Amino acid sequence: MSFDHAALRAEFPIFGSGNGSALHYLDNAATSQVPRTVISAVTNFETTSRANVLRGVHRLAEAATEAYDQARRSIARYVNAPAEEIVFTSGTTGAINLVARSFGDTLAPGDEVVISELEHHSNLVPWQMLRDRRGVVLKILPVTDEGRLDVAALSRVVTPKCRLIALTHASNVTGAVSDAAPLAAAARAVGAKLLLDGAQRAPHGPLDLPALGADFYAFSGHKMFGPTGIGVLWARRELLEAMPPFLGGGEMIRTVTLEKTTWAAVPHKFEAGTPPIAQAIGLGAAAEWLMRLDWPAVSAHELRLTQRVLDGLGRVRGAKVVGPSSLQGRVPVVSFALDGAHPHDICQILDGFGVALRGGHHCAQPFMERMGLGGTTRASIAMYNTDADIDALLTGLDAAVTRLS
Amino acid sequence: MSDDLYQQAIMQRAKSPVRAGRLASPDASVTVDNPLCGDRITLDLKLEGGKIADVAHQVRGCALCQASASVMAAAVVGQSTAAVTSAQDKVKAMLGGGDIPPSPWEELGIFTPVRRHKSRHDCVVLPFDALAQAIAQAGKS
Repeated sequence: MSFDHAALRAEFPIFGSGNGSALHYLDNAATSQVPRTVISAVTNFETTSRANVLRGVHRLAEAATEAYDQARRSIARYVNAPAEEIVFTSGTTGAINLVARSFGDTLAPGDEVVISELEHHSNLVPWQMLRDRRGVVLKILPVTDEGRLDVAALSRVVTPKCRLIALTHASNVTGAVSDAAPLAAAARAVGAKLLLDGAQRAPHGPLDLPALGADFYAFSGHKMFGPTGIGVLWARRELLEAMPPFLGGGEMIRTVTLEKTTWAAVPHKFEAGTPPIAQAIGLGAAAEWLMRLDWPAVSAHELRLTQRVLDGLGRVRGAKVVGPSSLQGRVPVVSFALDGAHPHDICQILDGFGVALRGGHHCAQPFMERMGLGGTTRASIAMYNTDADIDALLTGLDAAVTRLS
Repeated sequence: MSDDLYQQAIMQRAKSPVRAGRLASPDASVTVDNPLCGDRITLDLKLEGGKIADVAHQVRGCALCQASASVMAAAVVGQSTAAVTSAQDKVKAMLGGGDIPPSPWEELGIFTPVRRHKSRHDCVVLPFDALAQAIAQAGKS
């Protein structure tokens, strides 16, 4: 390990007194833990500069607005995009629903939106709702048996009627990372936009969104070591400017009369009402903290632990990995099925070993149907996990097999 | 430790299910999902003169759900629909800390260790949701 792992882990209070080494937290794909610097940023705002933003002229209001803008700039640097292209939302779900409501309402009956069998419900249900509202047609990109997007099927699924391709950047079930280049090329070829759901990719290192070839990118704060209740929609500026607002209210206006309203500049046009200020500041602190890490070393650590899980599952009786079997193109998320054992029973028994896992359909029921499974058990790793966490997982799984068979 | 959930009585009911499968010509047939975990039960019901003549269940779910379906199926045959319509409430009350319900539900006592695992209550309740829905469906036809 080429970085001081113990020092990094010590930055997370939850692993300190009370929980200590007894907590083997492998449910990071659901929600990650927060480092002290994020908690401090939120506490500092609430105790020294709490005020509403973009409204007042008193000194607290100015300090709050500056902190809020600073958070936006931090996140912008994390994804290598201009700050005015960063829209704060409640999370990935909020960001995708914003696109479905705003960009979606510019679509006409018969226009096509491409999604996939691999999507989280948050990148599926908003498009079904749009279909029912606007009469657009949903086209489904299949997945391979390895749980990856079937890129070879793009030419069949994406037609000249396609206006939007909305796909996962990294699967919350299989951990498969989508290769964005062919998706962007397929969208460009027919003049469609590309939305990527980055909820599972954003926690694993800085991004270069403009280079990715996407037009929209959505991610959540609470999965990338930030607070809950905050997320981000990134979109190219010209797109945001062309899109109608989603919610109406304060902050998103320029001039309001009783007859008519003109909109504020982006990104404020999409941030109606008082935003989650403390949460945004916390997410900004998380982004700053993430940018200080030695990512080649962090990634090597995450993937080494992932390989240990994959190798260990190979020795557990009746276990089968649901997703890629290698480390190529994946985030440190591993789903598996165990013969004759239900994911919730496995998770319950593993909880007895202090191991936090997730079991079930992972908000991806169509994918489970595709794979012929009711659900999977999932271990998802973050940079603070240790070899002891993986040891506890594998020991617990052996015990679960014995108890449940 | 939560291992007492997987005590012998529950595992035995889960692994050797009672009245598992489908009925040839049911009076009611329902499929109910647990949206939290994706567990699914299909329940077939046959009635005769206001009494439950036969029942069969197919469970795609955890050990608790499978065991609960078996306990339910073993208890309801021969009972009047009126007598079992409130079974769901009895299960919920017991899981909420209430007493083990009286005949024919004594065997529900094997689920008392589930009381302190609130996230698993629905696993035990799902077959009883299905029973209530099946009785309601049979009543309409």
